[in-house]
Amino acid sequence: MQSGQGKPLAETSLTEEYYRRRMRNMAMTVILVSIAPLLLVTGVILYQFGHAYRAKVNDHLVELVQKHRQNIDNFLYQRLGDIRVLAKTYPYTELRKEAFLQERLGILQRVHGPVFVDLGVIDAEGIQTAYAGPFKLTGADYSGAPWFRSAMENRLFVSDVFLGLRKHPHFIVSVRDRWEDRPWILRATVDFVSFNSLVETIRMGKTGFAFILNRDGECQTKPYLDIAPDSISFEELLQEGKPSRDGARILEKDDPEGRKILYVAAPLKEGEWFLLFRQESRDAYANLVDTQKITLAIILAGILGIVTTAVVISRRLVSRVARADYEREMMNEQMVEAGKLASVGELAAGIAHEINNPVAIMVEEAGWIEDLLGEEEFREGKNLDEFHRALEQIRNQGRRCKTITHKLLSFARKTDSRVEQVQVNDVVEEMVSLSAQRAKYGNVVINTTLADNLPEIRASTSELQQVFLNLMNNALDAMEKKGGSIDIITQKDENCITIYVADNGPGIPRANLDRVFDPFFTTKPVGKGTGLGLSICYGIVKKMGGDISVRSVVNMGTTFRIRIPIADQPLQEASSLTPSTTPSAGADERDSRKGDSP
Amino acid sequence: MKPVHILLVDDEEPFVAAMVKRLAHRGYTVSHAFSGKAALALLREEPAIEVVILDVKMPGMDGIETLQEIKRQFPLVEVVMLTGHATVESAIEGMKLGAFDYLMKPCDIDVLLTKVQGAADKKRLHEEKIEEARIREITGRMV
Repeated sequence: MQSGQGKPLAETSLTEEYYRRRMRNMAMTVILVSIAPLLLVTGVILYQFGHAYRAKVNDHLVELVQKHRQNIDNFLYQRLGDIRVLAKTYPYTELRKEAFLQERLGILQRVHGPVFVDLGVIDAEGIQTAYAGPFKLTGADYSGAPWFRSAMENRLFVSDVFLGLRKHPHFIVSVRDRWEDRPWILRATVDFVSFNSLVETIRMGKTGFAFILNRDGECQTKPYLDIAPDSISFEELLQEGKPSRDGARILEKDDPEGRKILYVAAPLKEGEWFLLFRQESRDAYANLVDTQKITLAIILAGILGIVTTAVVISRRLVSRVARADYEREMMNEQMVEAGKLASVGELAAGIAHEINNPVAIMVEEAGWIEDLLGEEEFREGKNLDEFHRALEQIRNQGRRCKTITHKLLSFARKTDSRVEQVQVNDVVEEMVSLSAQRAKYGNVVINTTLADNLPEIRASTSELQQVFLNLMNNALDAMEKKGGSIDIITQKDENCITIYVADNGPGIPRANLDRVFDPFFTTKPVGKGTGLGLSICYGIVKKMGGDISVRSVVNMGTTFRIRIPIADQPLQEASSLTPSTTPSAGADERDSRKGDSP
Repeated sequence: MKPVHILLVDDEEPFVAAMVKRLAHRGYTVSHAFSGKAALALLREEPAIEVVILDVKMPGMDGIETLQEIKRQFPLVEVVMLTGHATVESAIEGMKLGAFDYLMKPCDIDVLLTKVQGAADKKRLHEEKIEEARIREITGRMV
């Protein structure tokens, strides 16, 4: 019915909170279930990929460094070889002659380019007895120089890079030999620039370059970029560096500015030096970093997408659930309402029946008194008229009781409810003509707009008559004072026939609108209405599987809408159900319905 | 004309009492019974009863059963059914079973009497016809 409009506010907000919570839970579940595997899979793949990629890059770098280490080692051994050949080929006495030495230097420089800067012969006391080269170093005393001591101890020796007497970075290769049981040394200075160029050419990416480091942590070549003196030490490489092939080591550490730096080192010169390749990790693993960035972007976009979708979908879903719940609630209310009406109906039938007999007795007794009043002895009574009036009143009230009980009984649907094929238009026209007289007195015009394509429906004619009559009587009652018009419209909709009964009377106040179908609800003065008319209509229409609803605006009018489903199969046993009623019985029954309506 | 002899059957004693008085006051011969069984017994004792006013709803043997018995045992006696609204269907059923008419309680005594008179007329007409037929038969035999 019209219930469900005036829902308490508190309840509504409670359910709103409930649906919001449901939506949140649903969205969270969807998000978790979608994002967790996404993150897991991406994490695993990214980790594995990163691992593999790093290994590959490291391998590549080790390869590179090893190759260059080979080159550099070769270079050093060749230089050593060169002067060794010199020392072995020519006797000490020859080599002591500066002119000869000069000649040898000339040959070496012609063969190898400007790799050898000078040559010198040094005796056991550290005095350079002969010198060939651009500086004037004949007679120079090297007995205090650290490289001299090392050179005296080793047959072949390559020094670290140092500034020396000439104040210019260089290093020395030397060969120790003996002459007349005294050691002497042939030494050569290797040009720093040509040595440096061996290392300088090793470049990778933007930040990758190589240099040589000695045990004291001093750079033996000029690094491509300035590096802090203590950024890497020999011990660190040995202890923390991850060993790789052929003694190569890999180490990743932060520089003072917080950047991760990758070092790949390979030992040189019997482990005294390291060929060190240095590159920022970000640069070395640039592809990996790019991949990580792209993956991260995709994941972020994915998460955003998932969250949005989850929220939107769960919101839509929950609102649909809410609507379904609301509809179900409405349905429940209607069921309860219908059940209430049914039980009220049964109760009413019982009451009506019980009341009928005492009323009959009262009326008969009153009738008996009236009979007796007709006798001689009462004729002269001075209150005779008063008696007659009172008795007439009792009879009238008895009739009124009868009307009420009969209405109650028809409300309980124990009326003539034989179902037959009915043309709604015929019933409407019949009822309009019945009400025509009353309408004329009430100054009411009844207009009918009947669709001519209406199919017949299965219904009880008398019940339909009752429905229309009740509605029209109500409308006529409502417009008793001012007059007006009643419009009755029938039309065929999909699967049902819709009938509108509209008046332009005073309308029904909103407060009453919910209750008009309740039994015994009436706004008419006491004695005028029973409050059952619309309940009966409601019961009848519901029984036919249809529905009845009302819309009303105060001072504008009231419209009742009835919808009756169209019968899907023709009536089969119409005749078997129709008893042969005598005309008097039929008329009597119809008369009782035509009586005053609520 | 001879007043109609009426049998009133209803389980509501005060109703019966009032009706009996009113009918008698109007010059009818009235018998009464408070149950279907008593009514049948009375009909056996009193062959003069012409019209039965029978309440449909009674404890024990109800109006319809009583009607069937009456029609079986006393086919010429006419019956007017008296009913509450709820039992209109049983009243119709009763008419199918041969009741003369039905009325709804509480009823106007004049309407009731019209129907009773109608029932009595029908019965008398019926009896007359039977009489005539019998006479014709007898005279036919004589001829």
